[in-house]
Amino acid sequence: MLIGSGPIVIGQGCEFDYSGTQACKALRAEGYRVVLLNSNPATIMTDPEFADRTYIEPITPEFIQKVLDLEKRRGEPVDAVLPTLGGQTGLNCAMEAHEQGILDSYDVELIGAKPEVIAKAEDRSLFKEAMIKIGLDVPVSGAAHSLDEAREVFEKVGLPCCVRSAYTLGGEGGGFCETLEDFERVVSRGLKQSRIYEVLIEESLYGWKEFELEVIRDRNDNVLVVCSIENLDPMGVHTGDSITVAPAQTLTDREYQQMRNAAKAIMREIGVDTGGSNVQFAVNPKTGRQTVIEMNPRVSRSSALASKATGYPIAKIAAKLAVGYTLDELPNDITRTTPASFEPVIDYCVVKMPRWTFEKFPEADETLSPQMKSVGEGMAIGRTFKEAFQKCIRSMEIQRAGYGLDKNDRWLAAHRRSMEEVAVGAEPASTVGLEGGSADRVVLASRAGEAPPDVDESSATHWPVEDKVLHDKLKNPCQGRPYYIRYAFKRGWTIDEVHELTGIDRWFLDQMAELIEFESTLIANEDQIRSAAEYGGVGIGASLLQQARRLGYSDLQLHRALTIRENQSEVFEKNENGRCYKLVDTCAAEFEAATPYYYSTFEEPSIHIDHGRQIERVDDELRVSTDPHVIVLGGGPNRIGQGIEFDYCCVHAADEARRMGFRTVMVNSNPETVSTDYDTSDVLFFEPLTHEDVMRIVRSIASRGQIHGLIVQFGGQTPLNLAEGLRRAGAPIIGTPPASIDLAEDRDEFQKILKSLDLLQPPNGMASDIREARRIASELGYPVLIRPSYVLGGRAMQMCNNEDDLDQYVRKALEATDRAEAAVRGQRLLVDKFILDATEIDVDAVADYRHPDDPKGECVICGVMEHIEEAGIHSGDSACALPPHSLSASMLKEIERQTKMLALRLGVCGLMNVQFAVAGDLVYVLEVNPRASRTVPFVSKTTGVPWAKVATAVMLGRSLRDVLWERGIGRSPRPIMIAIKAPVFPFSKFAGVDAVLGPEMRSTGEVMGIDDSFGLAYAKAMIATGLSLPLFGNALVSVNDPDKPRVIPIASELRELGFKLFSTIGTHRVLKNAGIDSVIVSKQAGAPEGFLLDLINCGVMDLLINTPVHYGAAWEEGRWRAAAAARGVPLITTLAGAEAAVQAIRAMKKQSRSKVLGVKALQDYAVGMR
Amino acid sequence: MIMTRCALGLEDGTVFVGRGFGATGTASGEVVFNTAMAGYQEILTDPSYCGQIVTMTAPLIGNYGVNREDIESQGQHLSGFVVRELSRVYSNQRATDDLATYLKAAGIIGLVGIDTRALTKRLREHGALRGVISTEVSEPKELVERANAISRMTGQNLAKQVSPERETTWSSDGDQDGLTVIAIDCGIKRNILSQLASAGCSVRVVPGDTSAKTILDRRPDGVLVGNGPGDPAAVTETVAMLRDLIGEVPIFGICLGHQMLALALGAETYKLKFGHHGANHPVLNLDTGRVEITSQNHGFAVDKDSLERVGGRATHMNLYDDSLEGFVCPGKRLFAVQYHPEAAPGPHDSKYLFNSFVELMTRST
Repeated sequence: MLIGSGPIVIGQGCEFDYSGTQACKALRAEGYRVVLLNSNPATIMTDPEFADRTYIEPITPEFIQKVLDLEKRRGEPVDAVLPTLGGQTGLNCAMEAHEQGILDSYDVELIGAKPEVIAKAEDRSLFKEAMIKIGLDVPVSGAAHSLDEAREVFEKVGLPCCVRSAYTLGGEGGGFCETLEDFERVVSRGLKQSRIYEVLIEESLYGWKEFELEVIRDRNDNVLVVCSIENLDPMGVHTGDSITVAPAQTLTDREYQQMRNAAKAIMREIGVDTGGSNVQFAVNPKTGRQTVIEMNPRVSRSSALASKATGYPIAKIAAKLAVGYTLDELPNDITRTTPASFEPVIDYCVVKMPRWTFEKFPEADETLSPQMKSVGEGMAIGRTFKEAFQKCIRSMEIQRAGYGLDKNDRWLAAHRRSMEEVAVGAEPASTVGLEGGSADRVVLASRAGEAPPDVDESSATHWPVEDKVLHDKLKNPCQGRPYYIRYAFKRGWTIDEVHELTGIDRWFLDQMAELIEFESTLIANEDQIRSAAEYGGVGIGASLLQQARRLGYSDLQLHRALTIRENQSEVFEKNENGRCYKLVDTCAAEFEAATPYYYSTFEEPSIHIDHGRQIERVDDELRVSTDPHVIVLGGGPNRIGQGIEFDYCCVHAADEARRMGFRTVMVNSNPETVSTDYDTSDVLFFEPLTHEDVMRIVRSIASRGQIHGLIVQFGGQTPLNLAEGLRRAGAPIIGTPPASIDLAEDRDEFQKILKSLDLLQPPNGMASDIREARRIASELGYPVLIRPSYVLGGRAMQMCNNEDDLDQYVRKALEATDRAEAAVRGQRLLVDKFILDATEIDVDAVADYRHPDDPKGECVICGVMEHIEEAGIHSGDSACALPPHSLSASMLKEIERQTKMLALRLGVCGLMNVQFAVAGDLVYVLEVNPRASRTVPFVSKTTGVPWAKVATAVMLGRSLRDVLWERGIGRSPRPIMIAIKAPVFPFSKFAGVDAVLGPEMRSTGEVMGIDDSFGLAYAKAMIATGLSLPLFGNALVSVNDPDKPRVIPIASELRELGFKLFSTIGTHRVLKNAGIDSVIVSKQAGAPEGFLLDLINCGVMDLLINTPVHYGAAWEEGRWRAAAAARGVPLITTLAGAEAAVQAIRAMKKQSRSKVLGVKALQDYAVGMR
Repeated sequence: MIMTRCALGLEDGTVFVGRGFGATGTASGEVVFNTAMAGYQEILTDPSYCGQIVTMTAPLIGNYGVNREDIESQGQHLSGFVVRELSRVYSNQRATDDLATYLKAAGIIGLVGIDTRALTKRLREHGALRGVISTEVSEPKELVERANAISRMTGQNLAKQVSPERETTWSSDGDQDGLTVIAIDCGIKRNILSQLASAGCSVRVVPGDTSAKTILDRRPDGVLVGNGPGDPAAVTETVAMLRDLIGEVPIFGICLGHQMLALALGAETYKLKFGHHGANHPVLNLDTGRVEITSQNHGFAVDKDSLERVGGRATHMNLYDDSLEGFVCPGKRLFAVQYHPEAAPGPHDSKYLFNSFVELMTRST
């Protein structure tokens, strides 16, 4: 039995789908029967073909028991549980099951790591004891189980110090303390969040260098270090929030071997029998003192990174070691001729950067700390650090083209301005200025990611950036720090000065400084370089251009730096001397690699003398086969709104294309994913998903082979943003044409389409100032939804209940908007009528129209999902039910009809998602996305049909009719189970952030609950999110005025179910009038009634039903919600959510929970279907 | 850092042009690659590289500078050093100088900025190649011609060049009753000596052409025959000396010492295609069944069949290519390994061998 890691949360991303999927494959290949438990439907591992028995059920000891029990009753009892591949969640859950005696009672063994091992590695004091025993250096520290104990430890450790809590993931509940006040606050929080109510207080290693070793051990006690990783950000920033580099760059062999010896000793002492572990070290940069920080006795985020960085499949090997293999018995899959019992060496540099989404949590503290805050990561490979660093920046989907020299570069803008002032008779109109090149390029650039363009430099509004700003930004680790370091160097700060403030090793700082110095050379010689680029030739210009390439500069940066004329925008594409692809081969070319896993770089040619002739040749290792290629573009770094669901679709696409006989090519930059596993596709390019990087791949393959097409509709917004540019550059995009994709996003055009089809849209208007916004809003009637016109999706969108909300929003929006963006696009605000009491519907469909209004094509509905929360809550943040739980048959039909009309008109070929709002008999079209949606994996699981594969076959030219027929799927497939998808939020990581749901997506992951009824499925989904609904206790009811009438039945039902009700004054009055008793609580401290915030904070409340009047933690109600999120109290912020919760509680109370909530494997549902 | 043009020409007609660092001039040697990701200072000072031009597959070199401790011999013996990128600065608390200055002081030519992976692949495909590195000759044709003119590694007695003239004492730290070891220096790495000292031995270091009689007259508890450059078959004096020592005293052979011991026993050696140079080779200990990750640096190997014919027994095997990595000779009180248990650079997995040697000596006395 394998235990997955459940929903994607901060600190636990899709790397565990990657490791779990590898493990499933590896174990089944060895003939083991694999039983899988994971609550996350968007994972590849939960596809029914990856395990013999797939349970999408909550990951709790209770459910482990249910699964073990069912398997035993079926006559195929589970023999062992492998808990080391499902992250901290899987490990903790297995430990709990062990402690409760569940595993023993079913005679099940824990393999990979024994309970004692897990305890020794995870329990901070046991771990420290063990380290001291084997003579390793550990920080001065002590454990505490109460605030008093903590104060005792404090005497010994002093300030500054660091607090961590035991058994948490992503450093949750930890913190750095500089004052006694900090200390008490962090300790109290840490104690609460620890599973065993324990914190470790430790000597501060703030500013020390941080390293990680990925270690693997087999039953013969062979220990290998797969990869060393050096954190660019020193100690004090969680490694998940650090820029990290592989291999370690600033250690001598002597120091590295000392670390390696320590890691080996730790593996042995802790007793990890088999499998992978991660060991972290800190090194004092002044003395070289090495200290052990921690170890994870399991596959981790870093091991996924190490696997991708080296080509060594840690999870796969770990799974095989767990069942008894030794390392020398296993082959190295990359070379195929050598064994896995070696240490990979790499002849390139790997840089990983974290991806944050602070723009979604404007109230959150952006300072980086030992508590992880990033939601995803990107990785890049280059021959040098500088190249990899720049490639990684442009992989991050933050609208940066590299390290500086892009449109957000304040220095360059100022430099250009000063040049223009000096130049007489310059041609300002024909050159690219700060605000962008050709209109197309601007559109592409501004669509290149959801993050606002100034996300990383909002404090640098003008050049020169003030010293104070630089000082603060360098001293306090934050997401934009590398850019501020650049500005500091531009201002003439020395490496030593920057080192003093940042603690970043001088070697890394000099690498950055080298790039910055090169910028000056570049700009000083711009005429020569431009002429070399335009006319070719040799000389200084050509050699500088070559040098720029080798330093990782992108076309976009060169364009901007060299003020290339618009109509020659393609000059750089023709001047790519030295471009080549190199292999990731685990062995630095010592052996030939069988696996085509590539990265791009620029290299110097060598000269070959052959019969007196001299030929220059660049060593390009790309092997192109004669088969037609299908290129799948992945989704890049995970972020909110763009996550594992899209990787799921990309993996399916590659799989199906390969099955159909194409040579499949995957392009992606996310190291956590299954898609970047070298055996997911035939060819893997670990590359940034930008126009130029993708076009380079396209040109390289096309010049030597044949490209059947590029699939852009599965990777989410990232590849979609590239589609039109790629098409124009000649890349064959297959599936729904980019023009149709754009059409759906073009407001005016889309409105026309809806009109012509006689479909409804919520009334709306466009405002360019506050007065106009007010006028439109009052015409439409409140509440309204408002957002800046250029922003896609739900970003920066807000619901306004009244004019005050509106004013506040508009003022903030106008302040914050990037000026450059506004100049090009116009500063306009979109105001939509908010349809009250509407039910939101999500529809996924697949179609095979070869052009708009193609009479030969058809559209099939994959699934119609009914949202639990009403329209207005971002669809990604709303729970949803499949099949719909309240739609009438005729309404369902109508929705299907409208979906099909839209698919036909847009000429959808592949997948499509439509969002509707249903109010009474009226159906409004909210949004159409002619691409794979976030819900595809969920719908696929619920219907038992791999829709992304169906869509791929259709896009590759097959008719939908044939594809469905072959798979035995009817014209209107129905769900084979009752399923609920529920979101999971990161609010507990962002202290003080209002946890209310709204139009902006903020969930990081999702779970699926399956059962026989809506109520039970919803209850399971809630358990799976980790916020189990209470069956009794104290419930707060406090709702806004529009919701007051509808809250009465909910409150009365809660009373009937035995809850004690609490309410705020307004709600109290309404309840009282309806004859429902409730205890009144105060919104203010010091009132005679209980102060609500205190009641929440001391754990009196078991359930909060609070629909918002105001948004944000600046309001008292926002603080209630933040407190509930921090304490893990179930919080419901919509009435629809409350209704569903009440149904679920009632269903669970009917009988005792364990009797009611059964488990059933996906494979059994599938049998039922046939 | 102003750099001159520098080029490397290979015998097969390939020329890599980059920039020079360190010394200027022209030098020649056999070109080999080393896959260790750290430890360039140890490599530069390892006498086994005498007569070779070394390229590092790790692309970023010089990051941590050089220091006073990580040296394996008095000087630097290689003919040239080739890297993808040289760091402008160094960052390490122990560092005393930068790499370029270090090379220059030793008169070694460095080449930077070429595609070292392309060079490595060339060597993998064609085997180790003769090459000329130069900051003076820029004509590709001439470089290639010169590369073809230099002598091949096979048959070269390079050990003689790096062997000391006089005998010295490495350490007399071992207590009075401790074991005394005579180390035969054909280019021995310091860390071998310091490992012996750490194991409690007093160590005298003698030149490679010392006679067996001189050694036996000192009544050592054991003899260690260490690493060194070139073709073992050409180091006839030392092989002859070993022949006389075998059976008389416990012997531990490392690398070239392993090869020479095999030759002394009557086995044969041969040249590997591109050798083993790195810090990650898996070696299977046939006695324990465990895998050691080893430090390797050799271009020749012992033919296993010929060794077994003369009574040797294989104890270690390379899991990459099944080549012989270690042997014992029953009844002769000797054992040897092809790889470097002293590491420097590389993993410390095999340090137990020094203790094994101490045990062997202790049993014998």
